[in-house]
Amino acid sequence: MNNKYKIIILGITIVIIFVLFLRVLNSNKTYQPNQMIGKKIPEFILEDLFNKNTKLDSKVLSGKDFAVLNIWASWCIPCRIEHPFLMDLKDKNQINIIGLNYKDESVNAKNFLKKYGNPYSLIGVDKKGEVAIQLGAYGVPETYVLKKGKIIFKHIGPLNEDAVNKILELKK
Amino acid sequence: MKKFIFIVIFFILSSNVFSANEELKNKIYKNIRCIVCQGQSIYESNSDFAIDLKKLISKKLDNGENEKQIYEFLISRYGDWIVFNPGLNFNSLALWLLPLIVFMIGGFLIFRLNNKKRK
Repeated sequence: MNNKYKIIILGITIVIIFVLFLRVLNSNKTYQPNQMIGKKIPEFILEDLFNKNTKLDSKVLSGKDFAVLNIWASWCIPCRIEHPFLMDLKDKNQINIIGLNYKDESVNAKNFLKKYGNPYSLIGVDKKGEVAIQLGAYGVPETYVLKKGKIIFKHIGPLNEDAVNKILELKK
Repeated sequence: MKKFIFIVIFFILSSNVFSANEELKNKIYKNIRCIVCQGQSIYESNSDFAIDLKKLISKKLDNGENEKQIYEFLISRYGDWIVFNPGLNFNSLALWLLPLIVFMIGGFLIFRLNNKKRK
């Protein structure tokens, strides 16, 4: 083989190796909040906040075409900031919002909803925070958008206008 | 007397099992990153997130799950970043092997050039 070609092939090989090395070196350096996107919602059954005989079953969520799952707590200040957005989603856009009450006292949670309004069609009580971990949550508030039981979008922190617009876009 | 010996043996054995279980728990806690803290494992952290994870891991071990299953569960939820030592996967293997391949290509070239010069 001509020396010129040998040098070209060698050069290309070294560049490929270098690019591959750089890509691998730069991957997964921080946490991956989108790890659960595209996955099915994990299985869980929780008691409802208002009625102990009613259960929030993840299988029911899997059957719904479109739903929003919001992790919240009465002690969480950012949850108060996002609450009007949840109320708007429910009242103006008729979106089915399911709540996951995270490590909270039932009385405080009920008082919170009495004071600020209840946007949730069902509220599962996650007293120990185990279901939140199953969902790959970091804390409260966090919001998941589910389509036929699959997580298609996740928002960490209090909802804002951009996140609400994204949810409405996903519903279309 | 037999009863006494039996009780003593039982306590010695059960304390050994207990300490082995605690050792495994601590080993796992030390390998799990507290992702809401800065550079701490959940073993070192007392954040809510770390406490919840420790409880869940302990529960999973009590339910008979092994170390590997626990890591797999956590990685599926939070990604590779959650473990300090994620084990060998494509990325880590590539990081180890690619410099070696470059080194070998370089060595081969030097060897050939040297041979040509001699001829």
